Amino acid sequence: MKKDIILCGVGGQGILSIATVIGYAAVDSGLYLKQAEVHGMSQRGGDVQSHFRISDKEIFSDLIPFGGADMILSVEPMESLRYLPYLSKNGWVITNDKPFNNIVNYPETEDVYKQIKKLDNHILINADDIAKEIGSPRSMNMVMIGAASSFLGIEFDKLIEGIKFIFGRKGEEMVNLNVKALEAGKAFAEKFNK
Amino acid sequence: MEKLLLLGDEAIAQGAIDAGMSGIYGYPGTPSTEIIEYVQRSKTAQERNIHRKWSANEKTAAEAALGMSYAGKRSMCTMKHVGLNVAADCFMNSAITGANGGTIVTVADDPSMHSSQNEQDSRIYGKFAMIPIFEPSNQQECYDMTFHAFEISEKYQIPIMMRLTTRLSHSRSGVATKDMIAENELKLPEDKRQFVLLPAIARRRYKMLLDNQVKFETESENSPFNKFIGGSDKSKGIIACGIAYNYLMENYTDSTCPFPVLKVSQYPLPRKMVEKITSECKEILVLEEGAPMIEEMLKGYLGDCLNIRGRLDGTLPRDGELNPNLVLQAINGEKVEMNLIPEEVKGRPPQFCKGCGHIDAYNAIKEVMADYGDGHVLSDIGCYTLAALPPFQSINSCVDMGASITMAKGAADSGLFPVIATIGDSTFTHSGMTGLLDAVIEGTNIVVMILDNSTTGMTGGQDSHALDRLVSICEGLGVEKDHITRVNPIKQNHEALVELIRKEIAYNGVSVIIPTRECMQTLKRKLKKK
Repeated sequence: MKKDIILCGVGGQGILSIATVIGYAAVDSGLYLKQAEVHGMSQRGGDVQSHFRISDKEIFSDLIPFGGADMILSVEPMESLRYLPYLSKNGWVITNDKPFNNIVNYPETEDVYKQIKKLDNHILINADDIAKEIGSPRSMNMVMIGAASSFLGIEFDKLIEGIKFIFGRKGEEMVNLNVKALEAGKAFAEKFNK
Repeated sequence: MEKLLLLGDEAIAQGAIDAGMSGIYGYPGTPSTEIIEYVQRSKTAQERNIHRKWSANEKTAAEAALGMSYAGKRSMCTMKHVGLNVAADCFMNSAITGANGGTIVTVADDPSMHSSQNEQDSRIYGKFAMIPIFEPSNQQECYDMTFHAFEISEKYQIPIMMRLTTRLSHSRSGVATKDMIAENELKLPEDKRQFVLLPAIARRRYKMLLDNQVKFETESENSPFNKFIGGSDKSKGIIACGIAYNYLMENYTDSTCPFPVLKVSQYPLPRKMVEKITSECKEILVLEEGAPMIEEMLKGYLGDCLNIRGRLDGTLPRDGELNPNLVLQAINGEKVEMNLIPEEVKGRPPQFCKGCGHIDAYNAIKEVMADYGDGHVLSDIGCYTLAALPPFQSINSCVDMGASITMAKGAADSGLFPVIATIGDSTFTHSGMTGLLDAVIEGTNIVVMILDNSTTGMTGGQDSHALDRLVSICEGLGVEKDHITRVNPIKQNHEALVELIRKEIAYNGVSVIIPTRECMQTLKRKLKKK
């Protein structure tokens, strides 16, 4: 088992919380993990990415080779396209549909969607709306993990454990809301693929 | 055996704590910042009262760490690569004084300049100083090497350089820890004149350093971190340093590398191992993150008769960081097939946070400077450097910490008028104060704007030495009281700030304007805590 995932978005959107939950679940499942993060300048509203690798064998490189990623998991639609050179032939692009528009030349949203829809394996999900619907607008990231969950090679229960670990000290309600977000994301992805 | 999930930086920190370090000193700088931050969060560090406060700059940090070594305890100083330029005076001379308690200079380089103004390779500094260098290839080695480095440091009474690069500093992986060892007792050097670099003593110490080179090389030959891995295909031999070893092995996860490989993680270069691989193989490929240091050592000027491949002959790019694909391409010429980035994807440069006080400061500067044209604002290193990008495009320099004030002085000395320097509060106490003194002594006609957000912002909000001290520092340096003004950079004060800048430009002498408003990031964090 080996999964190479590019996590991406815009600095400040909190992609590292995604890495933390999946990372906890992976380590809890006895897998090796390497996760290269972006710290520093780009965190101020620039494009950010994390190379996230899990495997049942030793992992060497902290970076995913070009053409090697099993998945691009993005919390912003245009950003999901920035890392296409990393995507493997049968890889999946799973992305939130809500643009984060902090530049003057942001493309037409429809043009971005068109590019995403061109890809054989993609899930375009309104994660922000789903998070709002369940009453936890800040759980968008957990919706995204849910949408990716069936491609991660990690048991769903382990992801719930990960959420408990991260949000446990913020109380049971917080944990429940985030688990709900995770489940909603999963349900959406299952329907999307039918 | 406990396993922790740690960044390379954090593994160094945990290793240092467990190896009995008594103090760590440094100045924040990407990608080195997380080392000290980790020690600051560590319970053990609190219990042991390990020194873990930030220093004013890398030079003061290196000196304090050397002082702790002088007193017999284990110490570390940390910095980014360009920080070593600031600390270089102490660094170079500490190779001559030698150490007493074990001491490690940990430097995190930033090839590809993700968050830096150059990509200098600190190994060259280590070689220059003639001290042993450790270059871990993974997080576990970060941890283990820290123990080993302290031991070598004490065995030969020599400071050690630990060299990281961005991808290791900021990548997380499982690390197995060892039992913690006790701190050293306070113990002054046996030779009480060891650290007195008067010429007569320095000459003697320098000879000792030269004599030790052979021993350092033997340590490298026997190092658990340097490995010779045999291979049957001798058409090529590969020397892979630090993290480049991973990029090589990444291409052989399901097979064995057919070529002999020399993994180098401890310097000086293990000469015998190098001789073995160069005599066995027809061609040598050198994989190193940063400058082609080893490649140049092997080639020299006369090396064209040897078959050395690497960054110098175009087998690998001369600049930028390596990755598994570049390495594979260097081995077999294979180019990987990959998707293109659609043209819809636009660049997304970093920018000021919403509500940042720097925005208001630069709005005022931009309005005033419209009368004079682009070219009058010398700036510095920090979040406020983002004013070089649209929509501001308002600054004309970012060179090194503190250079805004001194470059402004030089430009004013040349007759440029007006000249404004913009510098952050933490950068000012790092290296701006001495330059301001130069300007005060000569009454240079400049306006210095210390953009005070009460933190070290770009690196994530570390404590600033300047907090609540800026006015008294400027007064102490001799700036006229009437020309030191603090303002609150908010929209309502825009006109007042514009007028103030105009007034101070009209004053022939040194003026200091201090727009003061807390960083949005640290403010947010404080509110969250409440």
